[in-house]
Parts: sequence; C-alpha cells; structure tokens
Amino acid sequence: MNFGAVSAIYRAEMARFFRTLLQSFISPVISTSLYFVVFGSAIGGRIQEVEGIPYAAFIVPGLVMLSVMTQATSNASFAIYFPKFIGTMYEYLSAPISFFEVTLGFVGAAATKALFIGLVILATATLFVDLTILHPVSMLAFLILTCISFSLLGFIIGIWAKNFEQLQLIPLLVITPLVFLGGSFYSISMLPPAWQVVTRFNPVVYLISGFRWSFFGQADVPIGVSLLAISGFTALCLGIIWLIFRTGWRIRS
Amino acid sequence: MAPIVSVRDLTKTYAGGFTALDGVSLDIEEGEIIALLGPNGAGKTTLISTICGITMPTGGTVEVGGHDVVRDWRRARDLIGLVPQEIALEPFSTVWNNVRFTRGLFDRPRDDAHLERLLRDLSLWEKRDAKVMELSGGMKRRVLIAKALSHGPRILFLDEPTAGVDVELRRDMWRVVERLRGEGVTIILTTHYIEEAEAIADRIGVISKGRIMLVERTEDLMRRLGRKELRIELAEPVETLPDTLRREGLERVDGGQALVYTYDTHAERTGITALLADLQAAGLQLADLSTSNSSLEEIFVGLVKEDAA
Repeated sequence: MNFGAVSAIYRAEMARFFRTLLQSFISPVISTSLYFVVFGSAIGGRIQEVEGIPYAAFIVPGLVMLSVMTQATSNASFAIYFPKFIGTMYEYLSAPISFFEVTLGFVGAAATKALFIGLVILATATLFVDLTILHPVSMLAFLILTCISFSLLGFIIGIWAKNFEQLQLIPLLVITPLVFLGGSFYSISMLPPAWQVVTRFNPVVYLISGFRWSFFGQADVPIGVSLLAISGFTALCLGIIWLIFRTGWRIRS
Repeated sequence: MAPIVSVRDLTKTYAGGFTALDGVSLDIEEGEIIALLGPNGAGKTTLISTICGITMPTGGTVEVGGHDVVRDWRRARDLIGLVPQEIALEPFSTVWNNVRFTRGLFDRPRDDAHLERLLRDLSLWEKRDAKVMELSGGMKRRVLIAKALSHGPRILFLDEPTAGVDVELRRDMWRVVERLRGEGVTIILTTHYIEEAEAIADRIGVISKGRIMLVERTEDLMRRLGRKELRIELAEPVETLPDTLRREGLERVDGGQALVYTYDTHAERTGITALLADLQAAGLQLADLSTSNSSLEEIFVGLVKEDAA
C-alpha cells in the first residue's frame, strides 16, 4: 500500500480547496441563507408545522443533504476529470500507485470538502432556527456516508465524462431533481398516494429520511431501510469503480 | 549482467486497429544512454508509454529491473522517471508543490535538500514559489524534468525533450543528463535532433512503423555507415575530367568549379593520396580542400527509405 501517494493526492486536492476557501465557504452560506429566507420565512409563514416540527427546522436536514450531495458529486467529478483534461493523468498511470489508492486520495478529499460544507450549512442554519439533534452519532454517520457515496458517484462521472458539458450533465439532470423530489422541503406523506409510490423509487428519499430521523426522530421510511439504502448505494458505486479499474475504461488504453 | 530494461516481442494494437508496435525486442543495459530515432508515428512514444505503464501491451513482455511491468508493476514503475513529450502540469500549484507531489506519488519521504539541488540544477530555484501557469514554455519543461527526477529514478525516459526548446535549456538539460550518467542512471530518449543523439547516446536505435530496424553503438553505426566527402575547389573550372582522373566516387560539381570525392573512411585505402597526385599530374590548380561526414540524419533517412522500398 502506497500511503505516501494517497496522502500526496489528498493534500494536493485539499490545497485546491483551501486556495478557493472563500468561494467554497461563502457560496453555500449564501445559498442556504436564501433558502431559509424563501422557504423558511416566506413559505414557512404559511405552513407553520410539518409533522409537529416547525417548517424552518424541518427543511434543515434536506438543505444540508442537497448541498452535500451536489458538492460531493461536483468536487469528485471535477477532481478526477481535471487531470484528464490537462493531460497530467500520465503521472497517476506511471507512478507505483494502484487505482484503489488513487480513488482513496481523490474520494477522501472530495468527501472531506463536502463534509466541511455540510457542517458549515448546519452551523448557518442554527442562526435561523433552533435545532436539536436527537441522534448526533447517527446524524454524523449519515452525513459522512452520504459524502463518501456521492463522492464515489462523482468520481465515476469524472472518469466517464469526455467534456465539461457531460461533467455538469448528471448533477444537473439527475441529482438536483432527485434531491428536490426526495422530500428535502416536504414530507412524503404530504403527497397524493400515487406520487408516494413513485417517490419510493427515488433513492435520495431514503437518505433524507434517515438524516431527518437523526434530527427529529421522525422518518418517512424506517431508519433501517435508510441505512440499507445508503450502504447499497455505496457498494454499487464501489463495484462500478472496481469494474472501471479492472478494465482501465476511459483511463488506460 | 541482466539488462535493466528488457522488451520481448512487444506488440501494441490500439482499439481502432492501428498497430503502433509490431514485435519490438530491445535490451537496455544499466547506466547506458540510448537514443530512439524515428519519424513521427513510428511508435517511439507508444514504446515508452508501454514500458512506463501508461498503455497496456497487446502482446509480448516488458521487464524493468527484472520486474514484469504488468504483473509486478509497482516495483517496475518505482524505478522509472518519465518526461512526457507534451507539457502537462497542474497550473494552479507552485513549482515546488508540483515537484513535491510527484515525489509523494512515489512514496518517497520528504527530502527538501534533494528537491532544492534539482531545482537549482534546472535553474528553477528562483521560480520555486511561482505558479506553474505563470511560467514560460521552456520553464514548464524544466518543471517536467524536475518532477521526473524528484524520486531519484534509476531509469529516466525523455520523450523528445528538446523539441522547441531554447539553447540555454538544452545546455542545462544535457548537463543534468551528464550528471545522471555519472550516477549510473539509465537514460532512454527519443529525439528529432539527430546530432544530439550522436553526441550523447552510447547506442542508437532506429524505429520505423512499429519495428526496431537496428540498434547499434553510436560509433559503430557511424563507422559502418559513415562516409566522408572530400570537396576540392579548383582555381579554374574544368570542362571535362581528364581520363587520368576518372575513377569511382569522383564527380564534377558546380559547373566544373569543384570536384567531390566520396570515400569510405574505414576502407584499407581511401584513394586520397592517389587522387591528389593525379590532380597535380593533370596540372589542376587547387583553391581549397574540405571534408565532411555524412550525418546520422542522412543515414537515418537512407534506412527508412530502404525499408519503404
């Protein structure tokens, strides 16, 4: 195991993050604040409560998840696409490092950044609402697992993408809609029965539900199912990455 | 002694069906400098990429330091430093961090003294804190070389290192190469500057259409194929050559103003003495004499043409 390489990749990726710390930090804070103004104050003024939880507090887990998922995906996909784009991929291919170590370095860094942003958003949220976290350990576990699994997904997208458009495509066309329709801003039980069934096919529902359970002890789906879903998603991504590396697809000719 | 790089019947056919390497076999001894010459698309870069692990061979084997590059890739790659043909660098990071990063990829402990010497040798020390994107093309190439040497490789690959490079950098580069040669580092380079191959390489390999056409010691190659030309400038032009002067290898050029005599430097007799005596006997006044080697370039062009014929 080449830990020196994993650490070199991890540190180089984190350095990129810290070079742009202000953007990395400010943009999630501003967008979260906007969500609170729009959803919390404007709409929350009419909705008041969802399942006994004040609406502004109810949307916090969903907001954190929305940012964490998009940040993890875009960070990881950009990180691995960039060497392909500027041609420095040769370095990773000719160095004594396995693909597993490359993945560990890149995904580790992307997940760390996403976690950092998730915690920043959580901290921002406390400025707007009173938050109590019933199950902090479970909350952190869900957060970290989501950071890792969506960084893995981003990593796959980055390897697959042949240009910047494709790099943006999946987050834009798939992740954002899934998160918005995954109960970030409402409870699944508020939907008509037919849509409730459709929603069950949205994997993000299980993540947000489990995450929200960690805060309020209430969930759309049983917490065990949520855990199973996030574990299954992580395993699926790992499997795809293993397959990519076995075949050298889009990496090594 | 076992060769440090051993290539056996290596073939590489790309997904599109193009065969870049067609049964290449080549042994490279530890500590030697070998230059690979060949026209564009001959397979030089593919050969280097396959040895370094960037492309996977379709057939055949490559061993580096006794380690198979496919099965025992980690130990094989550990010995190698690669300077690619194209400039590809992380633009937003500094020179220092770029070089340190590569050392990290090879799992070497931090060694600032080694990196400092490297950067000083390549005249990069003053630029160590500059971002790569702020550097000129020549400076970027220096960074590529520094990266390739950051982990102290036993084998260095230079893929057309002097293409589009100014005199100063070329001088710096060959100084580093000389130092590495002194340290016993094996160097494999591809180049279009044939005089350079002639000047620094111990052996020269010629590649064309994915096949190695010959590998020979530089001086043997020069001797075997080296012919010289003697150019004789005449004081007065001659209309026709007197019969006493007619011989193989002698031609009238420039409307009779000069004669060119081609001879083999390693033949038992070059025929120069006899020619000069006969010139004097024929009463021709000589204005000047000069000789020139046929360059490696001519040899090379000749070889590739022979192959095409």
